[in-house]
Amino acid sequence: MSQIETFYDVMRRQGITRRSFMKYCSLTAAALGLAPSFVPKIAHAMETKPRTPVIWVHGLECTCCSESFIRSAHPLAKDVVLSMISLDYDDTLMAAAGHQAEAALQETIEKYKGNYILAVEGNPPLNEDGMFCIVGGKPFVEQLRHAAKDAKAIISWGACASYGCVQAAKPNPTRATPVHKVITDKPIIKVPGCPPIAEVMTGVITYMLTFDRLPELDRQGRPAMFYGQRIHDKCYRRPHFDAGQFVEQWDDENARKGYCLYKMGCKGPTTYNACSTVRWNEGVSFPIQSGHGCIGCSEDGFWDQGTFYDRVTDLTQFGVESNADRIGATAAGVVGAGVAAHAAISALKSAQRKSQTKNEDA
Amino acid sequence: MVVQTPNGFELDNSGKRIVVDPVTRIEGHMRCEVNVDENGVIRNAVSTGTMWRGLEVILKGRDPRDAWAFTERICGVCTGTHALTSVRSVEDALGIQIPDNANSIRNLMQLALQIHDHIVHFYHLHALDWVNPVNALRADPKATSELQQMVSPSHPLSSPGYFRDVQNRLKQFVESGQLGLFKNGYWDNPAYKLPPEADLMATTHYLEALDLQKEIVKVHTIFGGKNPHPNWLVGGVPCPINVHSTGAVGAINMERLNLVQSIIQQGLEFNRNVYIPDVIAIGGFYRNWLYGGGLSSQACLAYGDIPEHPNDFSPEQLHLPRGAIISGNLNEVHDVDPRDPEQVQEFVDHSWYTYGEPGKGLHPWDGVTEAKYELGPNAKGTRTNIEELDEAAKYSWIKAPRWKGHAMEVGPLARYIVGYAKGHEDIKSQVDGLLRTMDLPFEAVFSTLGRTAARALESEYCSRLQQHFMDKLIANIRNGDESTANVEKWDPSTWPKEAKGVGMTEAPRGALGHWIKIKDGRIENYQCVVPTTWNGSPRDTAGNIGAFEASLMNTPMERPEEPVEILRTLHSFDPCLACSTHVMSPEGEEMATVKVR
Repeated sequence: MSQIETFYDVMRRQGITRRSFMKYCSLTAAALGLAPSFVPKIAHAMETKPRTPVIWVHGLECTCCSESFIRSAHPLAKDVVLSMISLDYDDTLMAAAGHQAEAALQETIEKYKGNYILAVEGNPPLNEDGMFCIVGGKPFVEQLRHAAKDAKAIISWGACASYGCVQAAKPNPTRATPVHKVITDKPIIKVPGCPPIAEVMTGVITYMLTFDRLPELDRQGRPAMFYGQRIHDKCYRRPHFDAGQFVEQWDDENARKGYCLYKMGCKGPTTYNACSTVRWNEGVSFPIQSGHGCIGCSEDGFWDQGTFYDRVTDLTQFGVESNADRIGATAAGVVGAGVAAHAAISALKSAQRKSQTKNEDA
Repeated sequence: MVVQTPNGFELDNSGKRIVVDPVTRIEGHMRCEVNVDENGVIRNAVSTGTMWRGLEVILKGRDPRDAWAFTERICGVCTGTHALTSVRSVEDALGIQIPDNANSIRNLMQLALQIHDHIVHFYHLHALDWVNPVNALRADPKATSELQQMVSPSHPLSSPGYFRDVQNRLKQFVESGQLGLFKNGYWDNPAYKLPPEADLMATTHYLEALDLQKEIVKVHTIFGGKNPHPNWLVGGVPCPINVHSTGAVGAINMERLNLVQSIIQQGLEFNRNVYIPDVIAIGGFYRNWLYGGGLSSQACLAYGDIPEHPNDFSPEQLHLPRGAIISGNLNEVHDVDPRDPEQVQEFVDHSWYTYGEPGKGLHPWDGVTEAKYELGPNAKGTRTNIEELDEAAKYSWIKAPRWKGHAMEVGPLARYIVGYAKGHEDIKSQVDGLLRTMDLPFEAVFSTLGRTAARALESEYCSRLQQHFMDKLIANIRNGDESTANVEKWDPSTWPKEAKGVGMTEAPRGALGHWIKIKDGRIENYQCVVPTTWNGSPRDTAGNIGAFEASLMNTPMERPEEPVEILRTLHSFDPCLACSTHVMSPEGEEMATVKVR
C-alpha cells in the first residue's frame, strides 16, 4: 500500500501549490458547513491518506444520481475520481465491460476486503427471482449481496436505494426494495433525493475521507448535516409565507413577485433536504426559486402522497404561524425525530390531511 | 445454422459465442451475445435489455398533471425529455395551447439536454472505445500542442505546459497502481489506432468536457430549478417572467437571461472548438473503420422536434426533421402519424411478455402486455444464471416496435439522414462540409463513425438553435408578452370525461412517443415507446433484427475475447436501457401478481 499516493501527493505532482491546496481545503470545509478551524484537519487527512476504493453498483434506477454526481463543482467530479477515491467498479463509467468488468469487481473486493466503500445507485427488484434486473446473467440482488459482504460501509445514493423511489411506487410491480431491507448487517448512509444534490453527494464522500468516520446520521440514516432541516426552514420565500402572501395560480402576479408556493402544493414544509441552502448546480437555483413547488423527492414514499399540487394542509383552518408549527411537528414525526408526542401528532395530522384532500377532491 | 432475415441479414450462429454482460458505459443494464467465425468476424448478434421497472402500471389512476414527474424518472441521463413528451401528450389530449414564451423556454431546455447529452456521451461514455488514455503517457506535450493548434486554432487551452500538466496528472494516477475507471481496459488491443498525441489531446478533453457539462445543464436549473430532473408544468412552464418590476428575484429576470446567454455561448464554443474538431481528428485515424452501419442505410425514423411556434407540430415547422425512410430509398421520405394504428406497432414474440396470441402487433393506445420471463430450450445455464441465451425464443425485456412492419433506426444519425433526404439546409451543409473535410463519400455516413459524427454536428446545430430561441424569447418579452403558462384547463373539472393524446419529441437517442388515455380526470392508460426500444429491439415475428443487432453484423474483431468493437458500435447509439425496458401495459396490474414460476 505504501506506493499508493495521497490526495496531497497527487495535487502537488499536478502542479498545485501549497497555497492552492490550502484554499481547496477551506472550500471543502465551507462545502461541509464546517468552521475554518477544521481546515488544518482536512489538509492533514488529505496529506496522509491513500485513495479509498469505491465500488459503485447500479440496480433498477435511471442514473440520475451518477449524472448529479458529475455535476459537482466543489470538489469537481474529476478531482474526486482522479485524486480522492479510486472508483474501481462503476458500470456507467468504467472502460472495461463483460468478463473484464466482473474481474475488476472481484479483484477490488479481494484486495480491499473490509476497506472499500460500496455505493449503491438504484435498488434490487425481488419479484421474478430478481430477474427484472440482470447483471452478468444473474439477478442484481446477488451482485449487491456479494459486494456488500466485505464492504466497510454502504452509501445508498438517492431515493431508489434509500426508499425505493418511482419503481417502488404503488403497486411496485417488480417488488423494488431499498438497500437497507436487503443488507442488514452493514452501516448504511442514506443520501436521498431524486437525485441528491451534487455537492451533498461529494460532501458525504469527502466527509468520510477527511474525518475517517461516518457522518452523524438521523433516525432515518441520513447525514444530519445535510438533511437536518426542512426546505421550508431556510427558504428565501419564507417571509412571504409568514406574511400570508401566496401564489394563487401559475404565472399570476404573485408568482411574478416570487411569493410563497405553498398553495400550489409545495412540499417544502415537510421535506428535509439542503435545497434551499446549498441549492442546485453550483447554487444557481432550486425548484422553488424557479417557480415550481418542492415535490418532496427526498422523503420516503413521496410518489404516493397524492398529487404534487395538493396542499400539505389547509391554511384557512389555522393562523399562518400556528399552522406552520403544526406542519413542522408533523414533519418531525414523519422522520422519526424520536419524541413520541411528535409521532402521535403526525398520525393525527396525517389523518386530517387525508380527509381534507378527500374533501377538496369531492 | 444460417438464417436469412427479411431485412437482409444472414445470421450464422455456428461460430464461437462471445458474451458481454454487463455492457458498460451505457445507461441501465444490457447484455450482448455474438457468434464470430474463424476469422473473428461477427456473424450473429443478440442484444438483450436486462432490466424492467413497470412505470406505466404505476401511472394508472394518477393525476395526468403529475405524469411528467413520474416519466421524467424513466431516465436521468436524458433528463427532462420524457417530462416534455408527457406534458405534450396531456396538452394534446385536453387541447391546451401553451404560450409562445413557454415554447421558447421548453425548446431552450430540450436543446440544452441534446447538447449536454451528446457531449457527455461522446467524451465520457464513448471516447474510451477510440481513445487510449494509457497510450497518452507516451505523448510529447509539445507535439500535442501543435496538433491541438492545427485541429482547432481557436481553442485557448493548447499550450505544451497545459498538456504536460495533464499528462503528469495522468502519469501519477496510473503509477499509483489504483487505475480506477481505467482498470482492466483493453489498452494493448490493436483496435486502438490513435498516436499518443491524439490520445493525450482527447483524454485532456475528457476532463475539460467533465467540467463543461455541469455548465450546460444550468439552463435547466434556471428554468426548472434543478438538474437532473428539472420541474415542468402542464400548460406551459413553471417559471414566471418578470424583467421590469418588484419581486424579479423570484422570476426570470435580466440576470437570469444573461446567465442563459453566457451558457449558450460556452456550449457553442465547445462544440465548435473542441467537440467537432475532436471527432474529425479522431475519425481521421479511423476513416477506414467504416463498420456498424446496420439499418441506417435502409430504415430510419424521426418524429421531429423543436417547434418554431407553440402548439404547431406540422413537419415544416420543426427544426429537427420528421419522417421515415424505408428500403434504403432516400428519394422518398414518408410522413409519420403516431395516431395511425397501422404505423407504430409493438411485437413481443422474442420479448419477455405475452399478448396471449403469437405474431400480434399492437398500437400503443391499444397496447397489452403481460410479463413472461422464460428462457428458450437452447439457452445455457439456469433461470437465474444465464450463460447463453436462445434467440429463437424470448430473450429480452425490450419489446420490438416496428413502423409499418419495418425495424427502424432512430437517433442523431437517423435524424440527419432524414433531414439530408428532405433537403434540410442546415443539416445538408453540415454533412456535406464534414464529408468534404474528411474526404469521404456520402455512403460513409452509414457507419458507427457516421452515427458518432452526426451527434457532434447535431450538438453544434442545437447550440445555434438555442441562440435562435433565446433571441425569440427576448424579442417576445420586449413586445410586452411575459406569459409563461395557460391555466384555463388546469382544473380537472374543466376536462372532458374521456380524452386521449400523443406527445412526441426527439430525445438525444431518437424518436420518443408517449400515448395517454385520460378518464374521469385520471390516467386510464399510459404507454411510452422510446428510442432504445426501437434501436435495441429483439427480433420480431417475421424475424427482422433490430438496429443494435444489425449494426454489429459482419464486423471483424481484433481479439474476440476483448469486446472493443462491440462496445464501439453499441455505444455509437448511446443506449439507454432504463428508458427502453420500463414499458408496461394497460392490463399491467396483472404484473403485480406475476410470481416466481
